[in-house]
Amino acid sequence: MAITLTDAAAARVKAFLENRGSGVGLRLGVKTSGCSGMAYVLEFADQTEAGDQVFEDKGVKIIIDPKSLVYLDGTELDYAKEGLNEGFKFNNPNVKDSCGCGESFTV
Amino acid sequence: MALLQISEPGQTAAPHQHKLAAGIDLGTTNSLVATVRSGLAETLPDEHGKHLLPSVVRYRLGLPPVVGEAAKAALTEDPHNTISSVKRFMGRGLADICKGCSCAEYEFAESDSSVPRIRTVAGDISPVEASAEILKALKARAETTLGGELTGVVITVPAYFDDAQRQATKDAAQLAGLNVLRLLNEPTAAAVAYGLDRESEGVHVVYDLGGGTFDISILRLNRGVFEVMSTAGNTALGGDDFDRVIAQWLAEQAGLGEEISVRKMRALRAEACRAKEALSDVESVDVSVAIKDGEVWRGELNREQLNVLIDPLIQKTLSPCRRALRDAGVALEEIEDVVMVGGSTRMPRVRELVGEFFDCEVLTDIDPDKVVAVGAAIQADVLVGNKPDDEMLLLDVIPLSLGIETMGGLVEKVIPRNATIPCAKAQDFTTFKDGQTALAVHVVQGERELVSDCRSLARFELRGIPPMAAGAARIRVTFQVDADGLLSVTAREQASGVESSVQVKPSYGLSDREIEQMLRDSMAHAEEDVAARSLREMQVEAKRAIEAVESALAVDADLLSEEERAQLDAAVVALRAEAEGDDHVKIKQAIEALNAASDDFAARRMDAGIKAAMAGHKLEEFT
Repeated sequence: MAITLTDAAAARVKAFLENRGSGVGLRLGVKTSGCSGMAYVLEFADQTEAGDQVFEDKGVKIIIDPKSLVYLDGTELDYAKEGLNEGFKFNNPNVKDSCGCGESFTV
Repeated sequence: MALLQISEPGQTAAPHQHKLAAGIDLGTTNSLVATVRSGLAETLPDEHGKHLLPSVVRYRLGLPPVVGEAAKAALTEDPHNTISSVKRFMGRGLADICKGCSCAEYEFAESDSSVPRIRTVAGDISPVEASAEILKALKARAETTLGGELTGVVITVPAYFDDAQRQATKDAAQLAGLNVLRLLNEPTAAAVAYGLDRESEGVHVVYDLGGGTFDISILRLNRGVFEVMSTAGNTALGGDDFDRVIAQWLAEQAGLGEEISVRKMRALRAEACRAKEALSDVESVDVSVAIKDGEVWRGELNREQLNVLIDPLIQKTLSPCRRALRDAGVALEEIEDVVMVGGSTRMPRVRELVGEFFDCEVLTDIDPDKVVAVGAAIQADVLVGNKPDDEMLLLDVIPLSLGIETMGGLVEKVIPRNATIPCAKAQDFTTFKDGQTALAVHVVQGERELVSDCRSLARFELRGIPPMAAGAARIRVTFQVDADGLLSVTAREQASGVESSVQVKPSYGLSDREIEQMLRDSMAHAEEDVAARSLREMQVEAKRAIEAVESALAVDADLLSEEERAQLDAAVVALRAEAEGDDHVKIKQAIEALNAASDDFAARRMDAGIKAAMAGHKLEEFT
């Protein structure tokens, strides 16, 4: 399994990285917090850490620590527009339940 | 599920803890809101994809006010209830506004306070309330787009806004339910948007010609720190004025007489504005003006003619440029580039003349209408805490010196002009008379030596000073200017700890033209001012000397013979007469004469005092 991006997400990530001017890729992860136990981490990555897994899809490097990978394996990152709002969306097959707003989840 | 944005490393917010921040460019003609998402600062469009929100509010009877395009469309049909360019009225007194041109377009309600209120069908509206409506519309747009409540905003103001105007802007934000992180000078925001802070060291100029205001700022970058070295400008010069001269030309060409109705003037200006904008891309444009009853005048306006019309206005922007350069002590060769801000800088002629004047590269890559909002958004993002460290340190300056009035109507400057803010400075003052228990503190702003030539900001009294001899009390007056450029003054008597303070609240009444005039005057009148200062100082000294002699006479007159008493009285009378005059040398001589005449008297008083103190004591007690 791996982590993948939709075309829209890949294009946005590339544009954001270029605008930022630095960074080696995109870091995905999970941390324990929030109303349903887990929350997503979505950050620019300036470096890879020891033990990190690196996936490459559509020209974008996705960096993920091994602990988080357990919860995220198979995830597809999408970029969506909802009305005036727009942003990234995790299509994560491991999720059993998420809180009402979807900002945190359980596996 | 919720939509996520990419954060800086280690800055991912906990769920439901997103710190949403926005930058707002509250402009005279148009306003914008911008935010940083996934590291990218962008202005936010409305549901029709439009980024610019016309700064126009229309009030209706029994209905909520309308803001933006819909209100702008009603300008011609409902001019008295539709308020545009309200920024020009912010923090101004009625007298100021009437000096400008736009007064005739609105009916101002008579009110007790100096704050002007515009009469509309929905009641009398203050400029602060109208601005709040614009801010509310931008807030709603940002919150719909970002899907949450805004934690804080940065609102930009012209660098030349005085304390009253800044306070009025903050009041408007509060009324709109916004938490203001900081008011930021527009040119500073523009420099941030261009990322000039990420470059090497150097001097940059920001030339901002907006709809109604002109600002010039000289910025110096030093080891990544932005310092605004000087600012100058004119809050009553902008695209509106360009439209007006073109409209006047149109009226002349079309043979319209002197009497032009408000409605027709608006239509003329709209046509002028359209022609002006079109001429940025093409060499000539067709224009038409409705004369009466369906009759229409048609003509053509080309770039050459446009340049003839607008050159005097562009030239008017260059004298503040010169002053800013002089204030900053910067030579033309040191300037690396000029950042162009404001819709009016789209005009090729403006770019050409400004490029010639500064003789360097003119930066126009970022949309000049959006650049300020983008910079404000970047600053808001930092201030709300979405960046790992405070990546930027912005220093701003005070446009005019701040000081207090001292005896004789003189100004003692406490914070000099162009001092960087936030800052705090303290100075010690003392009492003038024996047993003085109160002190009136008069806070003034300006460059001149005499209070009457400066602007009065506030007055307050420090009471409860313990009675002491003149000059014995130590009163520390502290001036504090916060990051938004707002002033608070505190006076504290050091021995007793009594304290009194004032926050400078809007004391409307000084236009920026006057600020400019004040600066010019201070240079033109430098010599007179020094002379006036010496005269006043000498007069104060004369008064002090007379009072000292008189209080001594009241106690110890019996120490003098009649002849001596007559001499002393004569010296007092002579000094009093000279002090009325305007020759500081003569006053000085008379003071010296009085001192000489009272020397013996003073010595005798001293002896008498010692005698009295020693009476009843043995010599041994004093060794």
